[in-house]
Amino acid sequence: MSDLMIEVEDLTKNYGLTRAVNKVSFSVKRGEVLGFLGPNGAGKSTTMKMLTCYLAPTAGRAMVAGHDVFSDSLEVRKRVGYLPEDTPIYRDMTVVEFLEFAAALRGMDRSKIAGRIKEIGLRCGLGDVAGKLVGELSKGFRQRVGLAQAMLHDPDIVILDEPTSGLDPNQIVEIRSLIKEIGREKTVILSTHILPEVQATCSRVVIINDGKLVADGTPDELRARTHGGRYRVVVESNGVAKEAIRDQLARLAGVTRCELITGEEGSHSFALDAGGTNDLRKPIFRAAVDNRWTLLELARESASLEDVFRNLTIGEEGKS
Amino acid sequence: MSPALVISRREIRTYFNSPVAYIVVSAFTLIAGGMFFGFQLFLAGEASLRGFFQNMPLLFMFLAPAITMRLLADEKSSGTLELLITMPVRDWEVVLGKFLAAMALLAAALGLTLAFAITVRALGPLDRGPAIGGYLGLLLMGGAYVAIGVMASAFTRNSIVAFIVAFVISFALFILQHVISYMPQALQPITSFIAIGMHFDNISRGVIDTRDVIYYLSVMGICLLVATLSLESRRWS
Repeated sequence: MSDLMIEVEDLTKNYGLTRAVNKVSFSVKRGEVLGFLGPNGAGKSTTMKMLTCYLAPTAGRAMVAGHDVFSDSLEVRKRVGYLPEDTPIYRDMTVVEFLEFAAALRGMDRSKIAGRIKEIGLRCGLGDVAGKLVGELSKGFRQRVGLAQAMLHDPDIVILDEPTSGLDPNQIVEIRSLIKEIGREKTVILSTHILPEVQATCSRVVIINDGKLVADGTPDELRARTHGGRYRVVVESNGVAKEAIRDQLARLAGVTRCELITGEEGSHSFALDAGGTNDLRKPIFRAAVDNRWTLLELARESASLEDVFRNLTIGEEGKS
Repeated sequence: MSPALVISRREIRTYFNSPVAYIVVSAFTLIAGGMFFGFQLFLAGEASLRGFFQNMPLLFMFLAPAITMRLLADEKSSGTLELLITMPVRDWEVVLGKFLAAMALLAAALGLTLAFAITVRALGPLDRGPAIGGYLGLLLMGGAYVAIGVMASAFTRNSIVAFIVAFVISFALFILQHVISYMPQALQPITSFIAIGMHFDNISRGVIDTRDVIYYLSVMGICLLVATLSLESRRWS
């Protein structure tokens, strides 16, 4: 079998007249953790539902673990573990009952079920709640039950739809480290609209907006694609009017925006946004020397994924 | 174990973990017993279950929708259907599993009414043929009512709507029997074939005609098929 665990080609889904997913193509290699990024309503969940055979594509093709999601869906579903959005789990079952149910539905070997549930329960930190009803669990624990369910049958591919939504910061850290651990042996796709999550867990990112794929690459590649950057300049304020400095800085070639920001006393701080690929540190330094400002700080902040994301998603909307 | 049985086992456990099963089954037994002993048995003065059987097409109209209404509607509204259906199960296995669970509960309710048979037998000689045939017929007719309920539950995410839809369809099939004489002559044979109770009358007399059995099996088959198609329709809508 090839190393490509998921191949998506021109995948399209219409709901009535609205096109939720529009000709999306990407592929995921074995062992990758792919972050599926986009604003709410961009078509992330719909794409995942097609990959897990809950919905059928209107057009296009998706191969998961070497099988077509439409014509060979049973084979796909055997090899995929899925955690749907909002973790729907039968509330009237205990954690162990639910995992036993999932194992039986997956046709797992009866003699191995109990051992496997114990093993996966320990990994997901479910030891203390094994006998509790799912309906009585906190959201964080429910999420872990969902993760345990998705990994129960040792699938090649794990698909997680917003695995950390609605969790508190501590739970988020726990679930993320769990996902990272899963990612060591499995191919993982997770969707999110929280950017730090991608930086923390994913080896590759696909950004989708308005049903269309707008970017695909490693987090570093995507960051490099965003031109320009942001500079922070702090100048000692001995007698120099801040407006004068601001106007001078704003006149430098490439600066798109120059803003006065609050800083320490006795100094003026500015934030500069620049387009293009030129490094503005030299011109800023020269301007300071020419004008006899005392430069206290000069720093270039590299673009974060937030910037990339905002550029790609809001920018698109602005154009249309 | 096959996926359908795994699903029905879970569903049966859900029935008995909640008060629903106990309330519905005891209400059914109470009403069925009350009508039978209160109005029919002693008036007829005959040791026969005939009167009890005659009430069933009416009572099933309430019992079956009550036990089937949440089977698929609840799974849709809580989102668990997505989890269930993305496991390696076929849609028809989901529908069949739900149907079997409801049938198990219906059979349990009918099992309790065997107490009526025992009572009648203590009062006089009970004719075995019609009694056994009657219970067999009840299971067949119950299967048809339950299948209608499962189908209605597949249409909606609201279990109250499922109840009402199932009730209306059952009522339509039920009432036909009583309006036959007002129908034009040409329509009477087909109407009496579609009417759900007509076939049961034959069986409860101890006559098992293949046409009646085929009728009930077809209603079950068609309704479960439509339920399956309705589940599948998410894939192309």
